[in-house]
Amino acid sequence: MDWWIGFLSAAVVAGTPLLFASLGGILSERVGNQNLGIEGMMLMGAVSGFIVAVKTSSPILAMLAAALAGLAGAFIYGVLAITFRTNQVVSGLTLTMFGTGLASFLGKPYVSMMTPQAIKSFFASRPIPILGDIPFIGPIFFKQDIFIYFGYALVIVLGFYIYKTRQGLNMRAVGQNPAAADAASINVTLYKYVHVLLGGALCGLGGAYLSLVYVPSWQENITAGLGWIAVALIIFATWNPYKAVFGSYLFGGLTILGFRLQGAGIHINQYLVDMTPYVVTILVLILVSQGHSVKNAPPKSLGLPYFREER
Amino acid sequence: MVIRLFQIIKRSEITTLKKTINMLIAIFLALVTVAIFLAILGYNPLSVYASMLDGAFGSNYRIKQTIVNTIPLVITSLGILIAFKMKFWNIGAEGQILIGGFCGGYFAYNFAYWPKPILLLVMLIAGFIGGGLWGLLAGYLKTRWHASEAITTLMMNYIALKWIVYLQFGPWKDPNAFGYPTMSRFAENAIFPKLFGVHIGWIIALVLVVAVHIFMTRTKKGFEIAVIGESENTGRYAGINIKRTMLLAIFLSGALCGLSGIIQASAVNNILSSTLANGLGYTAIITTWLAHLNAPLTLVVCFLFAVLTQGGSFIQTAMGIPSSVATVLQAMILFFVLGSELFNNYKIVRKNKQQKEVK
Repeated sequence: MDWWIGFLSAAVVAGTPLLFASLGGILSERVGNQNLGIEGMMLMGAVSGFIVAVKTSSPILAMLAAALAGLAGAFIYGVLAITFRTNQVVSGLTLTMFGTGLASFLGKPYVSMMTPQAIKSFFASRPIPILGDIPFIGPIFFKQDIFIYFGYALVIVLGFYIYKTRQGLNMRAVGQNPAAADAASINVTLYKYVHVLLGGALCGLGGAYLSLVYVPSWQENITAGLGWIAVALIIFATWNPYKAVFGSYLFGGLTILGFRLQGAGIHINQYLVDMTPYVVTILVLILVSQGHSVKNAPPKSLGLPYFREER
Repeated sequence: MVIRLFQIIKRSEITTLKKTINMLIAIFLALVTVAIFLAILGYNPLSVYASMLDGAFGSNYRIKQTIVNTIPLVITSLGILIAFKMKFWNIGAEGQILIGGFCGGYFAYNFAYWPKPILLLVMLIAGFIGGGLWGLLAGYLKTRWHASEAITTLMMNYIALKWIVYLQFGPWKDPNAFGYPTMSRFAENAIFPKLFGVHIGWIIALVLVVAVHIFMTRTKKGFEIAVIGESENTGRYAGINIKRTMLLAIFLSGALCGLSGIIQASAVNNILSSTLANGLGYTAIITTWLAHLNAPLTLVVCFLFAVLTQGGSFIQTAMGIPSSVATVLQAMILFFVLGSELFNNYKIVRKNKQQKEVK
């Protein structure tokens, strides 16, 4: 029992960067823009957050810097993929390359520096009264840090936004059929930009969780491919923020499972366990690509540029 | 809004010369942007660029290093080219390189006593087939279940990577490495020979450039691949066996990436390791795109990128500037070139008054 609580609460921690990044990706893909730059934006966020944290010791400023860095990355992608209508796959990959290079460059003087004490104590575990006392559930979900609670709030807000508001409906329309949305006088370009940029900000925050809380120090290539797992998670969650929570903690759990099992005396190879998120994603992708369920299908215009003159 | 005053409209084909000029302007702007960035950080951009060039061409040894960097990039780019021509977004070169290295490495580790020419040939074939099959799997998922290849190939990169890591830490770990997780070095027999100071991969790369170019522009299959890329339906009306052609193209695409994997592992690294691909598969996507999916141009672009990479690692040691400047520069060049492509296909005109009133 104690092992399970320990493991699951660690899974929530490990899944948090994934949660932020996959929520960001969902926003972007919901308006039809597949952004393979998630890994790059996470790294840009991670390094900017860390540098600002070291310079100012202010957790809020650090998070803000991380979000802005991710947003800036998404802006480059947005100009190319939305305004210039370039190939989304190539634009996204270039963004990842750019972000990786930039983070490695800017972070060089900070390698293996620790996160300042003020930041660490701000992000220390803070149990929520009452909720934290619920047996089993409490210690897993409600004895965590503020960043994680922020993640919970974000899921609820985004879920409400996407499914219950007029803007959310418009946004889904843009992703499904931009021409029809345009005809219904929805500003397609504006919707695309807003969501791609917000998505980038969330990816930046996801990266910052790594450098500010999870690790917490600066390392070269700190994301170590988590951005790609986030890309996978978007599909696993079938573009649904609620399912993204479940998926993030599941995949987060898988990334630490092998190590934990060894601690419990069960020997299973970590590297083979590490493969499971990717294998599972391929299986889910096959399932959602069958088109049996409209609800779980990818946004119809995903990956296609919208050009009004070519309707 | 200002943007409303302008309109982007499609333009007719522009000349190759104009396209080339557009691209050169884009590359120049990228260099200027990175220069400004470097200047802000307190470096002298001109001396950084100069010493990058020095690092890539300054001595015989450095020129050789630049060529060695070019080889895997060219072969991988050619593989990606075949898939991209068909609009099959093969992001999986990274994994195909690793699996190619793994399949070739299997023979290198287990049959080192074979006569050298036979062993090397078998390694090449194994790398080719291994990478090809790894690509084919994604192709099968696409043709059978319409699973987006950009995602499946991406996921398979990580599956391949974890597999190699597993081997490196587990069954293929070198028992004589004092517990250090590494595989053993290839036997002398399993290492590709050199010709004029550079391993023979350069000959393979040059031959492949010609072969792929002829295949894509002069053969029926190559033409069919391009037709499917333009429109699957056109291909179907023309009586092309879509599935078979697709799978063949994907196999070839993965196979070339696999080939580049085993050549790199044997000739350059002399060892199979999880860092074999190390981003090469992603960089190659960018070079392929920059070369407009044209095989001879690939050679030029890959050489340019190799110069940047080699120059980048030189300034790290010479000036203490992180080599990642090269990566930033490469990405920046692609950003600008991607942006400039808009001006190849579209032109921006002022909206005339009448149209505005109608709105």
